[in-house]
Amino acid sequence: MRHLLSAADLSRAEAIEILDTAATMAATQSREIKKLPALRGRAVVNLFFEDSTRTRISFEAAAKRLSADVINFSAKGSSVSKGESLKDTAQTLQAMGADAVVIRHDASGAPQRLATSGWIDAPVINAGDGKHQHPTQALLDAYTIRRHLVADRTGAGLDGLRVAVVGDVLHSRVARSNVDLLHTLGAEVTLVAPPTLVPVGVETWPCQVCYDLDATLDEHTPDAVMMLRVQRERMSAAGGGFFPSAAEYSRRYGLDAARLSRLAEHTIVMHPGPMNRGLEISAQAADSPRSTVVEQVANGVAVRMAVLYLLLAGTDEGTHP
Amino acid sequence: MNSGAQPTVVLSGDDIHRALTRIAHEILERNKGAADVLLLGIPTRGVPLAARLGTRILAAEGRPDSDLDQLVGTIDVTMYRDDLRRNPTRALEPTRIPASGLQEKVVVLVDDVLYSGRTVRAALDAVSEIGRPRAVQLAVLVDRGHRELPIRADFIGKNLPTSREERVSVQLTELDGTDAVVLS
Amino acid sequence: MTAYLIQGARLYGEERADLLLTDGRIAATGSEAADAAPVGTVRIDADGLVALPGLVDLHTHLREPGREDAETVASGTRAAAAGGFTCVHAMANTTPTADTAGVVEQVWRLGQDAGWAEVRPIGAVTVGRAGTQLAELGAMADSAAAVRVFSDDGDCVHDPVLMRRALEYVKAFDGVVAQHAQEPRLTEGALMHEGVVSAELGLTGWPAVAEEAIIARDVLLAEHVGSRVHICHVSTAGSVEIIRWAKQRGIQVTAEVTPHHLVLTDEQVRGYDPQFKVNPPLRTAEDVAALRAALADGTIDIVATDHAPHPREAKDCEFAAAAMGMTGLETAVGVVAAAMIAPGEHAFTWADVARTLSTVPARIGRVPHQGRPLAPGEPAHVTLIDPERSWRVHPEDLHTASENTPFTDRELPAQVVATFFRGVATVLDGDVRNDREGAPA
Repeated sequence: MRHLLSAADLSRAEAIEILDTAATMAATQSREIKKLPALRGRAVVNLFFEDSTRTRISFEAAAKRLSADVINFSAKGSSVSKGESLKDTAQTLQAMGADAVVIRHDASGAPQRLATSGWIDAPVINAGDGKHQHPTQALLDAYTIRRHLVADRTGAGLDGLRVAVVGDVLHSRVARSNVDLLHTLGAEVTLVAPPTLVPVGVETWPCQVCYDLDATLDEHTPDAVMMLRVQRERMSAAGGGFFPSAAEYSRRYGLDAARLSRLAEHTIVMHPGPMNRGLEISAQAADSPRSTVVEQVANGVAVRMAVLYLLLAGTDEGTHP
Repeated sequence: MNSGAQPTVVLSGDDIHRALTRIAHEILERNKGAADVLLLGIPTRGVPLAARLGTRILAAEGRPDSDLDQLVGTIDVTMYRDDLRRNPTRALEPTRIPASGLQEKVVVLVDDVLYSGRTVRAALDAVSEIGRPRAVQLAVLVDRGHRELPIRADFIGKNLPTSREERVSVQLTELDGTDAVVLS
Repeated sequence: MTAYLIQGARLYGEERADLLLTDGRIAATGSEAADAAPVGTVRIDADGLVALPGLVDLHTHLREPGREDAETVASGTRAAAAGGFTCVHAMANTTPTADTAGVVEQVWRLGQDAGWAEVRPIGAVTVGRAGTQLAELGAMADSAAAVRVFSDDGDCVHDPVLMRRALEYVKAFDGVVAQHAQEPRLTEGALMHEGVVSAELGLTGWPAVAEEAIIARDVLLAEHVGSRVHICHVSTAGSVEIIRWAKQRGIQVTAEVTPHHLVLTDEQVRGYDPQFKVNPPLRTAEDVAALRAALADGTIDIVATDHAPHPREAKDCEFAAAAMGMTGLETAVGVVAAAMIAPGEHAFTWADVARTLSTVPARIGRVPHQGRPLAPGEPAHVTLIDPERSWRVHPEDLHTASENTPFTDRELPAQVVATFFRGVATVLDGDVRNDREGAPA
């Protein structure tokens, strides 16, 4: 593993290695001194072309807890808006001695371009690209599911667990990454969304697709329900007119108190944040004991520490002894 | 003594058994009992060695049924190594500290072979970030010399003069199916 | 001027014959050619080569005026000559737009001056290609450029009333509207073919229906007003079905396919390499198969390159930010040979290459002296192709001013060896001749 560009690139063994390493990292985070020296003297650049304070500070915390130096580079707009091109930015970072680049970009595939175009030598970590992938989000989700629902965790996958991913699949890199990774780890994924928010071509994805949330909850009896953020602007004609109104979306696809009460005892409720309370998730669901929303944030730091460690701590020759 | 070509068994299973028993008693003697002692095994082979020492200490103190996990832990030093960047990334091993913590304890680090001293240096860093023990001591099954840092062991199973070209391989039943120290 | 005796070429890939070119004409063919050769005739050993009438491209972006950093009329027509073309139709999406007699005459004159190939400007259908008001089509038709093909290519004439008016209006001078079939609302933000690959890559999709819906509408409009209509760069199997139906119904519709849509698919986009970003987008393997079959059976009339040069920085970036388009003049013959002749599925011959890359495009564009038979008295536009000489595409070896070919490092099975334009060798022995007779100083 030289870069982390897509959850689809991870083998089962690699994914489990990351989850196990994350567990070790998480254990160190209850210490008084949370900082580990593994990446001392290394420079990690957070290259963010899209605003995302949460993801940026999560990567920043992860890098700093491994003693790396962190350089935050917020580029307001890419070459699309005739600013500096991605290529020039990459070469600038290279010249500054970046040892790794964590990139968030609104263009799908931008991290892959960065990693494969020859503009830069450093490992590239995809922190979310357009509608494509957000692999560390999928890893932290898998980590969270494993922590709650798998008894003998170390070395284990998510075999046989049922996960429902509900919401705007079409525009969601979180959904794509989770379908790939959860499938690799042995879980059964069902996507639940209005047909307008499911991409044409979804039929080859390793998952089920259902348009009816109630049917999914009753018949599929998921062990984890992952609610995706739905942007209100998508309902306007200018935004694509994907659904008629927030109220109708919420009625048909929101996790409200009634649906919450029908979940199995052990079922967890997940959300990548930020939440639209009252739209895709009710306050009751968000604040219930089965909600892992806050824990996902903490797990995100551990997972990103694991990814940074595995990509950066050793030499380029390989990640496996 | 050894040409390097032919593997030689320098410690048999019985030798290892006796050495560990002796070290266990030395630890008790030095620290006037085991009340404040914590044994921390350094992965990989320091972990079963620490467990064996712990079992012997509890037996010697006449409390064989006490909880071994209160006396023995493991400490992974991977992230503290100074050669981290020069090798492929190593998988991390778990660190487990007994519930009492390290504060004001006597920590005995346990490893199989003492060589350059760099692993022990990393372990000292790791310990200091977890807590502040009253003292840190070092127990090793084999000291093969060639130190690169000012580090010495407090408890040694066997001093084994070697050349740098030679390889010392410690085999333990828990991991390797047999007990032996082999020089090749 | 120099006379050329082309000896032993296979005319249209069929029987061997000699061709004598003197004073810009084919003076004689067959056994009489050698006897008729004047003193000083240059003899060309064309044993094993295929002779075709000079190729005619109905869809070329020469970029001048406005984007001379990507291509000029001179550099583009030089690339055309290297690709075996003796005539190109210069698309109207320049800056300023080719929507007046002045601009089309300027482009035409630049072509005349360069002397590599005949440049036939295409006029914009609407002012500024903005899709709101008809441009002065008659003035462009009456200008020195004698425009007969009109297109807003790059954008669709999507207003049905405006399209109807354009179809009707050009009948007065036997013109044709070449439609870029793309329903704009269905393709907002579109980056690649909508399907399995776009779903995976998270790139906004360009659905096949956005092309097919416009073609269906326009063939019905053409039928209703009794006009001819030409469909640019057909890319989907569904479009083929609609055109086939329209032709059976007697509608005057013609259609083109690009070389790249005959060989490349959306799978190529998986690496997010902008060299594979093009409009209309690369489609699926099923579409490619349908397009090949349609070209072979005549449902699609011609191959047109949609040669679309872009400066390096327009492709050296993330996929979403990249410009759409690929160069194609110099790879067209090789790619068509690879797609249509080499596989042997469609009994496609070099005579079919002549039909689809010369005769019929000249007829659609109403170009009087191009796409003519290889016969005595005809203009001396001749292309010689070595059907056995395979070559590997290296962008730096091509003559276009831009590097954006999707065929880098691809092996192509046939190569243009010589091109004669009005009897002058613009390419000889595979080399473009900057020092040819009549070349500008």
